[in-house]
Amino acid sequence: MENLNLFIRSIFVDNMIFAYFLGMCSFIAVSKNVKTAFGLGIAVTFMLTVTLPVNYLLNTYVLSPGALTWLGPEYADVDLSFLSLIVFIAVIASMTQLVEMVVEKYAPALYASLGIFLPLIAVNCAILGGSLFMQQRGFANTGTAVFAGLGWGIGWLLAITAVAAIRERIAQYSNIPAPLRGVGITFIITALMGVAFMSFLGIKI
Amino acid sequence: MNKQGNLYTIIYIVVLVVVVGAALAFTSISLKDRQQANVKADKMTQILASVRITPAPGDVISDYNRYITDTYCVDMQGNKVEGATPAFDVNVAELSKEAPEKRLLPVYVCTLADGSTKYILPMYGAGLWGPIWGYISVDSDGSTVYGTYFAHQGETPGLGAEIEKPHFRDQFDGKHLIKDGTFMPISVVKHGLAPQGNEDYVDGISGGTITSKGVGAMIDNCLSPYSAFLENLQAK
Amino acid sequence: MSNKEVFFNPFSKSNPVIVQILGICSALAVTVKLEPALVMGLSVIAVLAFSNVIISLIRNTIPTNIRIIVQLVIVAGLVVIVSQLLQAYAYNVNKQLSVFIGLIITNCILMGRLEAFAMANRPWPSFLDGVGNGIGYAIILIIVAFFRELLGSGTLLGYQVVPQCFYEAGYVNNGLMILPPMALIVVACIIWVHRSINKDLQEK
Repeated sequence: MENLNLFIRSIFVDNMIFAYFLGMCSFIAVSKNVKTAFGLGIAVTFMLTVTLPVNYLLNTYVLSPGALTWLGPEYADVDLSFLSLIVFIAVIASMTQLVEMVVEKYAPALYASLGIFLPLIAVNCAILGGSLFMQQRGFANTGTAVFAGLGWGIGWLLAITAVAAIRERIAQYSNIPAPLRGVGITFIITALMGVAFMSFLGIKI
Repeated sequence: MNKQGNLYTIIYIVVLVVVVGAALAFTSISLKDRQQANVKADKMTQILASVRITPAPGDVISDYNRYITDTYCVDMQGNKVEGATPAFDVNVAELSKEAPEKRLLPVYVCTLADGSTKYILPMYGAGLWGPIWGYISVDSDGSTVYGTYFAHQGETPGLGAEIEKPHFRDQFDGKHLIKDGTFMPISVVKHGLAPQGNEDYVDGISGGTITSKGVGAMIDNCLSPYSAFLENLQAK
Repeated sequence: MSNKEVFFNPFSKSNPVIVQILGICSALAVTVKLEPALVMGLSVIAVLAFSNVIISLIRNTIPTNIRIIVQLVIVAGLVVIVSQLLQAYAYNVNKQLSVFIGLIITNCILMGRLEAFAMANRPWPSFLDGVGNGIGYAIILIIVAFFRELLGSGTLLGYQVVPQCFYEAGYVNNGLMILPPMALIVVACIIWVHRSINKDLQEK
């Protein structure tokens, strides 16, 4: 129940795009049409769901102060938390590489449609942001990390697909002032969607 | 040497990781004392803020030592726990999630310039986005609130984040924690809605309902275990 | 490109935030108040300049297939050092910035400049490029933070700017400016103004 609540909250309330504006660079660049936006969204969701539990385990058993006690009581004072950023980003980068290789080998069709997005993901703030929020909020167990990762991923997917759909329509039917075309109007759309998503604040299940 | 070969790549990455790791370890170790001193001074400033003392940046430790005359931990029954962790080092964040009877309850005794004694109690809870925490100081009658301090990690500025502003904190002053000999936490209610039969309430922040509720829940959760301690104070 | 162009272009013509659309995430999150925006801008300038120089120095030794990881490790190392320094010397600001210092790592400006400039240029131009782009980023951050703090809280750098008599006459701080979505609108307005002046940047 706790996890379900967290999952729903991660999609709507703690939405990576509309509440934290993480992963905006690729969000702006790729939200021109729905199909590619959806592809990137799937890739981000997958990476968040995989990296969050891995980083959670690393954080709990290696990085946080006193985490190495399982090696022996003499390690109780070791505090490696200054390494956490570097470890998180290394996990994300190598996971990206790994997933790219696996997908290329076993699912060439998927790779053809997703391939170009995979390298982009290593530098997507939403993924690292997820891991940093996990560390900051002190998640209780691996399950929580999986659900939060999945929820944040789906929230990101939802956001980019919705905005891409609006952009497709706007490009065809609306007469936007020339200086605002493209990037400018996308910012305004995202801001208005963000305001709309604020109505989800306080949702509880 | 072949720059694209596997051996070169592996050696390269190993050297890189070692060099970066060493640089990080060096900065971390050489700055550690300063960082810990900052964390400690920050906590002292927060504790003093609940009795409305704002030390100058350089005087935090000396002011803290001057005003905070005693610290100890009590248990649910209000008895002092001997030989426990020093009150300053008790991790309230962790313990506030435990059952009340398992908690160590830190008390900071503060003697003000006019000679009056205040008891400062720490609190920790959850707001909308992340943790909130604070300190509440109580007069020696164990009931009247002298001052409060609230802080938060990531509440919405202008809404939930207002809990750290004086206009919210000052509402607590003079409220009573004990009514007719029994402990009653101060409730935080929606603006303009007074709870029946309890005049010791404060108005929440409009637009920051969840954070305000979090403050109420935090006061309830963290101060209830002190009820025996506070009632003993009043009985004295 | 001359060194002068490398340094001054990112201020306006090829501004990383409003033209290259890089590093938006942090630009929005830390701009509620002017002070964290300033610190964030300075941190990015420092990290960007040094990472550009370091990558430029070792650019000929990096094996191409692990290029991204090498860049990430170096950037991450620098970011951790900056964050440790802030914890030691600017504790209060560090508290306000929280996770966003860590997110400098994935600030696309860094990877973008490393990949596009430092990998192909000598250290001195790379340094200028890093500082230039960092300043370009900081300028936008400061403009956004200026309007959000002034209109949202009536203060600048924590000092009350809107006089008390305004409030007595019925002026109210615009609470909407404090909310994150308004940062996007302010950036959009900056883009609007900027592209009305520089017509060649307009999209069709």
